[in-house]
Amino acid sequence: MSTPVPQIGDRVILGPEALQRLIEVLAVEYRVIGPMVADGAVVLRDLASANDLPTGWLDEQEGGHYRLHRDESAGPFDHVVGPHSLKNFLFPPREPIARFERVDGVWEECAPAAPERPLAVIGMRGCDLAALAIQDRVFLRGESGDGGAIDPAYQRRRNGLFLVAVDCRRAAATCFCHSTGSGPAACSASAGRQADLALVDLGPGPADGVAAGEGPRRYECRIGSARGGAVIDAIAAELPLWPSPPEDVAAAEQVPVDLERVMWARQGSGGGPGRSLDMENIRDLLYSNLEHPRWLEVADRCLSCTNCTLVCPTCFCASVTEVADLSGDAVTRERHWASCFSLDHARMHGTSVRHTTASRYRQWLTHKLGGWIDQFGTSGCTGCGRCITWCPVGIDLTAEVAAIRETPAPSTGGTP
Amino acid sequence: MNPLPLTTGRPGPTTLSADPWQTHSGSIVAIRDETPGVRSYDLSIVDAAVRARYAFAPGQFNMLYLPGIGEAAISISSDPATPQLLTHTVRAVGNVTDALARLVVGDRIFLRGPYGKPWPLEDLAGGDLIFVAGGLGLASQRAAILDVAHHRDRFGRVTILHGAKTPSGLLYPSEYAAWRQAGIDVDCTVDAPDSAWTGAVGLVTELLAKLPLEPSKSGILCCGPDPMMAGVAKGAAKRGLGPERVWMSLERNMSCAVGQCGLCQFGPYFVCLDGPVFRYDRIEKLLGVRCL
Repeated sequence: MSTPVPQIGDRVILGPEALQRLIEVLAVEYRVIGPMVADGAVVLRDLASANDLPTGWLDEQEGGHYRLHRDESAGPFDHVVGPHSLKNFLFPPREPIARFERVDGVWEECAPAAPERPLAVIGMRGCDLAALAIQDRVFLRGESGDGGAIDPAYQRRRNGLFLVAVDCRRAAATCFCHSTGSGPAACSASAGRQADLALVDLGPGPADGVAAGEGPRRYECRIGSARGGAVIDAIAAELPLWPSPPEDVAAAEQVPVDLERVMWARQGSGGGPGRSLDMENIRDLLYSNLEHPRWLEVADRCLSCTNCTLVCPTCFCASVTEVADLSGDAVTRERHWASCFSLDHARMHGTSVRHTTASRYRQWLTHKLGGWIDQFGTSGCTGCGRCITWCPVGIDLTAEVAAIRETPAPSTGGTP
Repeated sequence: MNPLPLTTGRPGPTTLSADPWQTHSGSIVAIRDETPGVRSYDLSIVDAAVRARYAFAPGQFNMLYLPGIGEAAISISSDPATPQLLTHTVRAVGNVTDALARLVVGDRIFLRGPYGKPWPLEDLAGGDLIFVAGGLGLASQRAAILDVAHHRDRFGRVTILHGAKTPSGLLYPSEYAAWRQAGIDVDCTVDAPDSAWTGAVGLVTELLAKLPLEPSKSGILCCGPDPMMAGVAKGAAKRGLGPERVWMSLERNMSCAVGQCGLCQFGPYFVCLDGPVFRYDRIEKLLGVRCL
């Protein structure tokens, strides 16, 4: 492409070499993270090359069920989200928040650690970007000036973050982003879901000397930011790139439209494997049913294992542990993910406020779908379905909400 | 969906640092034994510039930190007019507070704050104030009491109703004379009197039941165990004070103090950020729900 530097909104076609080159160009400035197969799942890890991507693998997800199987026709982004999300990197499971040293018997707080390399994350979906927007409201609340705080480490990583979004071509049986307004389209200006580059896999294209559909894979790429444009420009310096022809733009834009239609149809038919969550008035529904018998029923199945909160891309609870070295003269304050399913979460005066599983499940669901709206002006659910897939007993929040909606007991609890 | 605003209170002074985890070194200037197991610590922020810009409103709290031990949320109990000296009254009941109890004058401690919504003294100006405190709950009200004593003419009748298990559990007894001198009534009750006790016996709610009051111009400021505060609100209603005239300071597990760690959640509230002082109408329906 010998034209001027690509602008926001420009669209180009990338081939497999360009995908590889994208990772190399990003690696100059960023720590590049993307999906790969490890430990029997598609997880997010450091990408060294496009060969690390989970090409040829498809996942199968259901309540309490996740399996990968080979499928030679699968592209590098045909999997649906695995257990990891952007949360794992912007709000890591463990991180030091402060360090103290004792010198000559006097404790002093040490200067903050030097910032890490900025992150570039490849392959983020609509639910991932929706989760990011929700976590922004939690950790950058102070930016709105309403009295909340700004988490400095999150803010630093967030400002440096380079995002490559990819539209889903499949939905797992556990996906319900269509009903929470978080997808399946990865980017949505009206929903505030933005990326530096947004890719759509158009599948294998035509090529000389091969059968139709066996040519190299083509990705329609839309530039979403100036730095996205600069990255495409750097790729174009070494590889020929072509502006997306109108028929490819149309095909790319049709991908999320078609998938959304499939998702609505499969849950509407009743017999399909899909799920949906009716968000209508959900906060008041849950807060007026705090003593609903369903909480006891789900507690009989719930193991309080905390898996749902760990894989949830928006759960933000954390606690701090003092980690001292052997001398006792150096202490790191380590923040680590906490879960409302653990007894320690609501510990007070040596006992737990929420000492029953029913009260802890109720805390999680009412917070996720209700309290979040009071606190942050948005529900905490993106419809990604991770909490359903990774629940060892397959508890399904869409079914729990539906059960309460079916038999509400409005005399119990209270809407604050 | 149109939820009530989470809080009715005005914000207090903002915290010292943009980084919510940054602490400031403080020096212990004085330690006083209060009731059995309870001590007051007077702290002075070491850095003069930080000390000069620290301000708080009555009802707010600090996070007190001991390296290697941990942090605890403790009300600020001193006079808001002199924030250069910060008093925290602490019962040794846990990891951090036990370690605090081993410190001596001159030792260093780290703090960050102030946090939380204060008592609504500005909103109650012109009216009658009724402080109701169970045991150590008075520690969260002492700053407000000292503030009211300075500006006594801003309020009508001011009464403190203080209850404790035993006479030795009454907090700050040496100060009652000064508070009375300032025009504040102090009325105490205990559950278990000793032979020297000549005052009331029973629950603090019984003092409230007998207190002459004008419901339309009174506000109740309440701090104690959750059941006691629920009892006070019930008693207030019987006397014609609706839930919008009762404020209470809640206690929950606090870690970050800025609404980001989620540990202190109570229904849709972050107690650290939306409280600890809540108007009762905002929490009435939640307080009755078990294990919330």
